[in-house]
Amino acid sequence: MPVAIETQELSKRYRLGQMQAAYGTLRDSMTRTAARLAGRVQPHERQEIWALRDVSFSVREGGVLGVIGRNGAGKSTLLKILTRITAPTTGRAIIRGRVGSLLEVGTGFNPELTGRENVFLNGSILGMKRREIQHKLGDIVEFSGIEKFIDTPVKRYSSGMYVRLAFSVAAHLEPEILLVDEVLAVGDAEFQQRCLGRMEDFSGTGRTVLFVSHNMQTINQLCDRAIWLDGGTIVEDGEPSEVVTHYLHTTHSSGSSISWPDDESSPGDDLARLLSVRTIDEEGHAVETIDVRDAVGIEIRFRVLRRGPPLFAKIRVRDRRGDIAFNAMDIEPHRQESSMPGVYRATAWIQPNLLQEGTTTVDVAVCTLNAPKLHQRAQRYEAVAFTVFDSGDGYSARGRFTGPMSGVVRPLLEWSVERVD
Amino acid sequence: MTQTKLEPPRERIVEEPHRDEAHLQPERRTTVIRPATRWPHLDLRELWHYRELLFRLVWRDVVVRYKQTFLGVTWALLVPALTTTVYVIVFGKFAKFPHGNTSYPSLVAAGVIPMQYFVSALIGSSMSLVSNLPLVTKVYFPRILLPLAAVVVPLFDLAVALPVLLVLMAVYNTWPDSAAVFLAPAFLGLAVITALGIGFLLSTFTARWRDVPYMLPVFLQVLPLVSGVMYALNEIPKKWQWLFSLNPMAGVIAGWRWAILGEAEPNWGQMTVSVSVAILFFVLGLAVFRSFEPRFADTI
Repeated sequence: MPVAIETQELSKRYRLGQMQAAYGTLRDSMTRTAARLAGRVQPHERQEIWALRDVSFSVREGGVLGVIGRNGAGKSTLLKILTRITAPTTGRAIIRGRVGSLLEVGTGFNPELTGRENVFLNGSILGMKRREIQHKLGDIVEFSGIEKFIDTPVKRYSSGMYVRLAFSVAAHLEPEILLVDEVLAVGDAEFQQRCLGRMEDFSGTGRTVLFVSHNMQTINQLCDRAIWLDGGTIVEDGEPSEVVTHYLHTTHSSGSSISWPDDESSPGDDLARLLSVRTIDEEGHAVETIDVRDAVGIEIRFRVLRRGPPLFAKIRVRDRRGDIAFNAMDIEPHRQESSMPGVYRATAWIQPNLLQEGTTTVDVAVCTLNAPKLHQRAQRYEAVAFTVFDSGDGYSARGRFTGPMSGVVRPLLEWSVERVD
Repeated sequence: MTQTKLEPPRERIVEEPHRDEAHLQPERRTTVIRPATRWPHLDLRELWHYRELLFRLVWRDVVVRYKQTFLGVTWALLVPALTTTVYVIVFGKFAKFPHGNTSYPSLVAAGVIPMQYFVSALIGSSMSLVSNLPLVTKVYFPRILLPLAAVVVPLFDLAVALPVLLVLMAVYNTWPDSAAVFLAPAFLGLAVITALGIGFLLSTFTARWRDVPYMLPVFLQVLPLVSGVMYALNEIPKKWQWLFSLNPMAGVIAGWRWAILGEAEPNWGQMTVSVSVAILFFVLGLAVFRSFEPRFADTI
């Protein structure tokens, strides 16, 4: 079987400054350069991370490869490189055939143009030739089901019509290789269902699919092989069921606390290093499950290695699906002072009746602020996880309702009710 | 994800191609993805492959602009007409600028129209990457198509504005009097090359620093003054002519006037300077653009 995708020691390095602070002003850049030339400021120490490191794999034509891993493991970077949105730092990839990604659905739609005009515009952007679009126009319009409005500017479309037309163009691209990031797939459940349906279609026609997902069941069902990425490298490559089992095993064991025995292995730079992160209750005991009506603390211990700019801790809380519920950081005024060497403990208290039920994961970081940019000096994605439960017998947002409640957070609001008539 | 159960697809999307449609299928391209090369180069083969997208991007901007035909055309006519009128009154009537043998209104219109093109091309190309952000972060294509399209689009405005010049030429009876008229497109080409070079630079800087767009108008305000829009370049002291010829637009306007108004022949030494500066900008702009290109999606 010929090979459709082949990567050879693919690596991608980001400078942290590049990721966070790139889109600055020319004035800032010039001021900084001038200060550096005058010798007043130490050259900015460049932090680098390897989002991908020596990733080699190949997918045969018609294969369906699943890619799993935690947030920040390099999955999205891999897709970005394979779709050529960004270039690798080293290594190379060889791709045989036209690539489609479903990321691009509706890319470049212009609200002033009619549906028909947008089909041509969007089609060219996705890489179709004019004759090809002309030939498929009838099918595209029919599939979208909006024949009547095809000559109306899309700014008058409802969002549903808009997505249908956009998806219809993408569906007729007929790529030989489909790259899908389920995490990024936009749209409602029905639309996602369509994307999955489209993928299943694909696997039946001898086309190649690379599928990034957080959903292990989908990976098991759809893929004939899976790779597990962590920290930018391949941990395991093999049968989906085995890889998924191993992956689930390790992520669950990380649990509600994590610590690093020595500075070498701990996340951080020359200014700050993480020592440990724990989930605690109000008595200070480590906990794995927490009642929705109780406060929960995220305790971050870190070491400051030298005098430096003011440091503060930051958390990012994710709901059961991995979506970001909120970000929070220490904003106390004492954080204006420059940091002194030593070991510090910062605890963020999440108030009762805020988190959604289910598994909550927390990313932690120790940052410096170079206004308006945030520099993460030491960070850990999904450092801790804990389960929030609602016993349903008391005073929570659920009341006496027992069905599923949607939303990333579940605050208990104050209601005022009065009779007005 | 909320849902995992898979149902059979409701509609069959992929159909087998009929045999006689084989030529419609895209060729199976082998793409090799490599780190960005250290030395930027212009991949002409790739540009050729994406020629239809360039056409489509130009088409999009032109269609959107002229969708409301009346407004689009009025705007493209009104701006040069008003600018010319104001210049004629202020600089021709009050300040009595020297204008050689040609009537002042035609002289000014022949300067305003290429300048108007150049200004639109610079504004458009400087914003081309930022305003097409969704394309840059989601789909691959040679990014150079964006400033390229932005420089082509205002040529349509220029074509629409030409009647302003023709009317003035008819009124003052200044018609081209030599074969030099066939060189008019070449001088326009010089404006395009200059706009491309500076456009490459500006679009790269705009993608990198968000305050660059605010600096551009300052530069654009001075530009007509040093390009000879409201006076004939050969009427100013010789040493200043040489200095001004470092500005390719001065060369464009002098040459354009010679070609279509029968003005005095430009000084070819100065023209060589203008052309060299334009080519220098083009090469420099291209090099800067190409070397930043692989990182646009990371930085914007």
